[in-house]
Amino acid sequence: MGRSVIPIGPYHPLQEEPEFFTLTVEGERIVEVDVRIGYNHRGIEKLSETKSFDNSTFVVERICGICSTSHPFAYVRAVEDIFPMEVPLRAQYIRTIIAEGERIHSHLLWLGLAGHFLGYNTVYMWAWKLREEILDVMEILSGNRNNYAMFTPGGVRRDIKPEDIPGVLAKVDSIVPTLEMLRDAVLDDPVLHARLKGVGILSRKDAIEFSALGPTSRASGVARDVRKDSPYEVYDQLKWDMIVTQNGDVFDKAVVRILETFESIKILKHCLNNLPEGPINAGIESIPPGEGIGHIEAPRGETFHYVRSDGTNRAIRHKVRAPTFMNLPTYKATIVGETISDATIILASIDPCYCCTERMAVRNHRGRLLYDGEALVALSRAKTESLKRRMGRK
Amino acid sequence: MTRDQVLRDLQNRFGDDILDVFQKSPKRVYMGLKPRAIAWVGEYIFRELGARFNIATGTDTPEGIEILYHFTLEDLNLMLNLRVLLDRENPVIPSLGKSIEAVNWIERELMELLGITFDGHPDPRRLLLPDNWPDGVFPLRQDYTEWDDTAIRTRGV
Repeated sequence: MGRSVIPIGPYHPLQEEPEFFTLTVEGERIVEVDVRIGYNHRGIEKLSETKSFDNSTFVVERICGICSTSHPFAYVRAVEDIFPMEVPLRAQYIRTIIAEGERIHSHLLWLGLAGHFLGYNTVYMWAWKLREEILDVMEILSGNRNNYAMFTPGGVRRDIKPEDIPGVLAKVDSIVPTLEMLRDAVLDDPVLHARLKGVGILSRKDAIEFSALGPTSRASGVARDVRKDSPYEVYDQLKWDMIVTQNGDVFDKAVVRILETFESIKILKHCLNNLPEGPINAGIESIPPGEGIGHIEAPRGETFHYVRSDGTNRAIRHKVRAPTFMNLPTYKATIVGETISDATIILASIDPCYCCTERMAVRNHRGRLLYDGEALVALSRAKTESLKRRMGRK
Repeated sequence: MTRDQVLRDLQNRFGDDILDVFQKSPKRVYMGLKPRAIAWVGEYIFRELGARFNIATGTDTPEGIEILYHFTLEDLNLMLNLRVLLDRENPVIPSLGKSIEAVNWIERELMELLGITFDGHPDPRRLLLPDNWPDGVFPLRQDYTEWDDTAIRTRGV
């Protein structure tokens, strides 16, 4: 059978990491995949060497538009690891609150987009409506819906006002019943079972081999979470469960993210209810020569920062590694052997930045256009529709 | 194994390859290595000790090109950082990505940003830099100077 090549990507102005996938297909089956990145390489590591330690916090906050807390969080922990030093307890609680709020809205964003790609726009509407409530919460706490600018080496920049807490708790509580309804609806839906179970399986062995991170590894039965393995801030004093499933398919990745949202709500509420009194910033005067490593669990997995100081007010080396850098190569293991109509959801399942999947185009070897991005999403939706019909659902 | 047992085990097995050990804190251990030893020491830590590969950091230092390989032993909450120092004129090191898939991409990145040659790398293509980037220009070297003085808006990108 003749082979066709499907180029996917690379540019989309909204993307955090533009990627270029080359899928080689035989008929409907994908037989080969190649990934290229770097189309929007901004040289943050080099830029950071020209900024003071304080300014770099805001530079790294701009790396990602969705999980804008994870990079400053890992960065300030890397700077603090140079000494090493402890930040005040109240600041640790506030950091935890911001990080968990971000995890909730990031997972809801993923759930909504996954629904959208599958032709379940109801899931998309519900998930994003709930996400709005969390963004409102973040605005009350930090003043911004995103890019919170809360972190600084030695503590946090902004306190949480006691009079805000009851309103925030009420808002968080208000989304829980709807989220439970959404969870049950998604997990019990026979069409979603048929559509997602057994699709794009990342085996436990491959997850270890690729050093996959976050929900991508936890869905494959690898119990890996920096919050448990190397607890930072107040995570070791809190009661919460790590969600681990065994199958490694797209369905399990969705399950992990949905259930984790509930754990995050639990942590968020506990921290808000038990916020200790005290200072919020230890006030670092100067940073000695040395090197520090900060790694934290972002919504997509471990974010890793390495900072080396020579005693001046600038880092001489600042290494940044986002979780998607480790998760992207797992496509080699998950997508081969699957069909084109499942490609969109498999590529989306590790929760990269999405827009690349909307720029697909399928051409045959003479260069005639067979499918473009919209047609591929339509193909994915049509598969869901036909499954629904077969199961007697409208 | 406990933390101390792991460190002793590494010392016993690879004593000849380990140049120095620096225990910065309970969670962080730095280990200087001979460059050619990274192939087997890295593989032992990944496969036998069951560590996770975090990433590798390359730095252009006054002494030469330095690579730090970060591994995490999750059960022990210990991060092992293997440090190798390469000659700036001819930075060559055996590839770890040859045997461990997780190291594949970062070696490609170090290859183009710092000009390190990874001997035996299965896929030595560029990862981040564009195809029209000139050969032999490495942006993370300290002596890097801007090679393209046209403004970005006039480059016709």
